[in-house]
Amino acid sequence: MAKSIDVSGVDIFYGSFKAVEDVSMTIEPRSVTAFIGPSGCGKSTVLRTLNRMHEVIPGARVEGKVLLDGEDIYGSQVDPVNVRRTIGMVFQKPNPFPTMSIYDNVVAGLKLAGRTRKAQTDEVVERSLRGANLWEEVKDRLAKPGSSLSGGQQQRLCIARAIAVSPQVLLMDEPCSALDPISTLAIEDLISELKERYTIVIVTHNMQQAARVSDRTGFFNLNGVGQPGRLIEMDDTQKIFSNPSNKRTEDYITGRFG
Amino acid sequence: MSEQPTLGGATTPSVDRPQASNISGASVRPGDRVFRSAALTAGAIVLVVMAAIAVFLVYRAVPALRDNTANFLTFQQWFPDNDPSTFGIGALLYFTVLTSVLAMIIALPVAVGIALFITYYAPRRASQTLGYFVDLLAAVPSIVYGLWGFAFLAPRMTGLVQFMDKYFGWIPLFDYRPTNVPNNLSPFTASVILAIMILPIISSISREVFRQVPREQVEAALALGATRWEMIRTAVLPFGRAGVTSAAILGLGRALGETLAVTLVLSTAYEVSLHITENGGVTFASNIALKYGEAGEVGTGALIASGLCLFVITLAVNFTANLVIRRQRSA
Repeated sequence: MAKSIDVSGVDIFYGSFKAVEDVSMTIEPRSVTAFIGPSGCGKSTVLRTLNRMHEVIPGARVEGKVLLDGEDIYGSQVDPVNVRRTIGMVFQKPNPFPTMSIYDNVVAGLKLAGRTRKAQTDEVVERSLRGANLWEEVKDRLAKPGSSLSGGQQQRLCIARAIAVSPQVLLMDEPCSALDPISTLAIEDLISELKERYTIVIVTHNMQQAARVSDRTGFFNLNGVGQPGRLIEMDDTQKIFSNPSNKRTEDYITGRFG
Repeated sequence: MSEQPTLGGATTPSVDRPQASNISGASVRPGDRVFRSAALTAGAIVLVVMAAIAVFLVYRAVPALRDNTANFLTFQQWFPDNDPSTFGIGALLYFTVLTSVLAMIIALPVAVGIALFITYYAPRRASQTLGYFVDLLAAVPSIVYGLWGFAFLAPRMTGLVQFMDKYFGWIPLFDYRPTNVPNNLSPFTASVILAIMILPIISSISREVFRQVPREQVEAALALGATRWEMIRTAVLPFGRAGVTSAAILGLGRALGETLAVTLVLSTAYEVSLHITENGGVTFASNIALKYGEAGEVGTGALIASGLCLFVITLAVNFTANLVIRRQRSA
């Protein structure tokens, strides 16, 4: 189910502005990879290229190769819609569909994929909400609107929505930055459970969070304002936080800048 | 305490007074006072004008209504200056509502389509140009629409009307009974003209509503693997529903009062009929435009009474649109 991602020589543009330069990395299946780095270094941009969400912005484009289990997701025959069905995403700000019930939010992706037999969807809703550690809290009010939940619950609802379609990979763009510490803890626990089944990539501003949840960590940085961001170093999380090979990584994680 | 400024009067702060007392005084600066009364006057003028219109309409309508020997609400003919005076708004009300609602039904899908195309499909430059042209439709004078409808559109609708008669004639609305070739000075043609005239307002309000769809909602749908149309269905349309509804109602309100274009197109007949493709029909506004020149004293009062009805209907429609918007905001 979980797949590996191979990124090689990727440049990312917004119009004529090169936002990220020459990123190459390998992401193992059933692992958690964290992207850290200062604001504007392009870590979210790189994340969004992994499921072709980057090109949603007018003028944005990507050069280079991103292989999902060996298949280039930027190949000319590839439909971005199918890529996004295979690679789920959770955003910074919880974004359940406000007019839909909790139930309908979870099955929204299934409906798009055309898999909506009632008996089946009931099962998927329960499984996904259990998977997102939300089932016990909402099982009695599945018909209530998704916007009636607290911020942390909404974010877990979004995770349930993303895993309901059984993606191969789950991308998370600062999923806890809008949440309080208790909700953050709930999401972090969830990430550790989810990695049994999914390949997870998470962008975070919180270095402790990266250290807690991830197996591998990539550090991004840029040389100055207006310069493209780069992947400075990528290694096992333990090594990055104890003995990084690059001086700039060490400066960042020890709080000397950023 | 006596030197403390009081609520009513602003005192000039003296040098030896502690500064804290400056914030406890309710000092009204002259500029504020002038602006306040100017704004108040402007607001009051609107109310006075509204009240004056209502009073004028009622004052002139009542004597004519007293002379009327027919049922004002249901009678379908208009002979206020006959003896005895007989007139009623039956036909006017029927055709006004019919043409306006039909116009709204025709215009709504087209306007929403244009708005969606402009906001989510067209390349940026094309979308600006198209939006500009749609807004330009609103700048065309209504007499021009009338002439165009009468001289250009009506003769060219014959084929469509005959097609609808042939295949959908079992629905009374599309059934064309006379044996001659239709020349389309009909409520149906009037509705089409009205639809074009209210297209810009529905489309531009819808466009603004669709632009306000939060980016997170759009991205949530796309990230789930939605195609563009599926994204519109899951994120854009639910968000825009109330706004589009109120846009449609505002368009309806505009169609209700439209005069010149409708007057030119309809071949006036006061008989209520379901067969909208046949010649005939008359609306509140077209009736006033047609009859005002020849009306006597009772006739004028009768027309004013019908104008009062249109005023009330339009007011109610616009009020409903506001209500829909407000309910959306509180939800």
